[in-house]
Amino acid sequence: MTEKATVITGTVGQDAHVIGTKILSRAFRDAGFNVVELGCLTPPDEFIQAAQETDADAILISSLYGMAEMDLQGFKDKCREAGLGDVLLYIGGILAVSRHDFKEDEEKFKKLGFDRVYPPEADINTAIEDLRNDLKARGKV
Amino acid sequence: MDDNIRILIDFGSTYTKVAVIDLDKQGIVSSSRVPSTVETDITLGLNEALEKLPADINISDSEKKQALACSSAGGGLRMVCVGFVSELTSEAANRAALGAGAKVVGRFSYELDENEVKEIEAISPDIVLLTGGTNGGDRKVITHNARMLSGTGSAITNIIVAGNKAAYDDIKAIFAGSDKRVTCTSNVMPEIAKLDLAPCNREIREIFMKNIIEAKGIAKAKAIIKDVIMPTPSAVLEAARLIAGGFGDAAGLGELIVIDVGGATTDVHSIARGIPGRNDVVMGGLPEPYEKRTVEGDLGLRYNIDSLTELVKGRDTPPGFDAIVRSFHRGKLPETAEEIACHRLLSSLTVEVAMNRHAGTIEAVYGPAGQMLIQRGKDLTSVKCVIGTGGPLVFSRNPREILEGALFQEAAPAILKPKNPRFYIDDSYILYAVGLLSQTEPARALNLAMKNLKEV
Repeated sequence: MTEKATVITGTVGQDAHVIGTKILSRAFRDAGFNVVELGCLTPPDEFIQAAQETDADAILISSLYGMAEMDLQGFKDKCREAGLGDVLLYIGGILAVSRHDFKEDEEKFKKLGFDRVYPPEADINTAIEDLRNDLKARGKV
Repeated sequence: MDDNIRILIDFGSTYTKVAVIDLDKQGIVSSSRVPSTVETDITLGLNEALEKLPADINISDSEKKQALACSSAGGGLRMVCVGFVSELTSEAANRAALGAGAKVVGRFSYELDENEVKEIEAISPDIVLLTGGTNGGDRKVITHNARMLSGTGSAITNIIVAGNKAAYDDIKAIFAGSDKRVTCTSNVMPEIAKLDLAPCNREIREIFMKNIIEAKGIAKAKAIIKDVIMPTPSAVLEAARLIAGGFGDAAGLGELIVIDVGGATTDVHSIARGIPGRNDVVMGGLPEPYEKRTVEGDLGLRYNIDSLTELVKGRDTPPGFDAIVRSFHRGKLPETAEEIACHRLLSSLTVEVAMNRHAGTIEAVYGPAGQMLIQRGKDLTSVKCVIGTGGPLVFSRNPREILEGALFQEAAPAILKPKNPRFYIDDSYILYAVGLLSQTEPARALNLAMKNLKEV
């Protein structure tokens, strides 16, 4: 029997946009994942603490207020420090303010240690498929 | 004597108290207080206290056999909490232990190392509460900690496991054949930010009744009375719950706070939801229990004078303050006007600091959307009732002045303390008896409390 993979969801920092993370949580739950919802306005450290206690496989951050880059400085290092070096980090949404190319966002967040970065109009099913493949590649499912 | 008489006993760390209650009149017929004798033979003090009751109250052996007691003798119920993340399962364990009336004498997080295990053995707690992981979550840490604890000697005998249930089979296998008493109960944090403390509380009380009182020699009292059913702080919490909520048609006082100032510690119990008083506030941190107890181990008016004098720095003190305070340390009770003034200052400071730590706080954070208010802990600003108990309050000439230390302060608006409460004093030391009586006769216990709490 393979156990369900566990994912943590939420918005980070001062982001109060709750709809994105709600939809994300629902879709991943329907797809058979064990979802731990932290909701909006979650400090980065709380993602880490929740991932520790739940032995999570991935952290999925939905962000729409453009400031996630500031909130997530050093996030990957903190994860490594907390023994979560192999937890997958996904982020999607409006990742910077003003008009710009999504490629820039992707590059920035990859540099911050995120495994996958999605633009605002991304299809959730793609993310679900990606996560399944990434977990498979790591021998986790 | 008739069937309306109940005898209720508190084996305290310093005094053994006996209260004789008339259930019909909901009054205290008599009470007595003698030094506790748990070090030698607990029944000596108990018999002495019973004999000290006036001769016309003729208590038969069969009436004594019905008596119930609580106890904080022999150091109280001393517990060590071991969890995973300090703000999550370790904090949940801490709350479960405090809610069960225990004294938390050690708190550990993450994987225990050899030194920490030695430290726990040196503490020699009555119970170790082992938590870690949500259900189906992390099991490595709790299993590692179980293994570390399994190698300890006789200093650790009672272990309650209240963590990730997926690890229980492994943990049971680790302790198989060991002479430790290991009980597994529901996870204190089954999901992130969700607490389930009641099953753990019950387990703690069960072990207290079955094993701890035996080990401390308190169970000897059962030769004379019926049973010792809970730790004293637990009895006070039971009383607080009853007085707040009422029973049947009899209304209680509503949401309330009980402050118990002692010689070694100060306990604060709040029976209140503590939800934000304004709707633009977001909650942070773990959810707060409706019945919450905190214990300040550094705030006591006899054994912890040093930490109190540290807090006094920068405030106006009465003349001769330092010398007078040193005399309190030696157990002297305040008599002269100067001594009383010093004692009052320390008492109200104790109440103030204990309330500051118990009450929730509100913090403004600034984001792109402007200011946001985040509340952590309970908002107690609208609580309408504060009850004081414990020697320093009960024997004070002006208990209200001391209790006013619990009030909201305009100068510190971030601390959510009560703004406009009524103050009551438990001047006949009845709360523990109410808590004990509430287990079998809640309606009468409530009446007893209502008749004997004095508004000040």
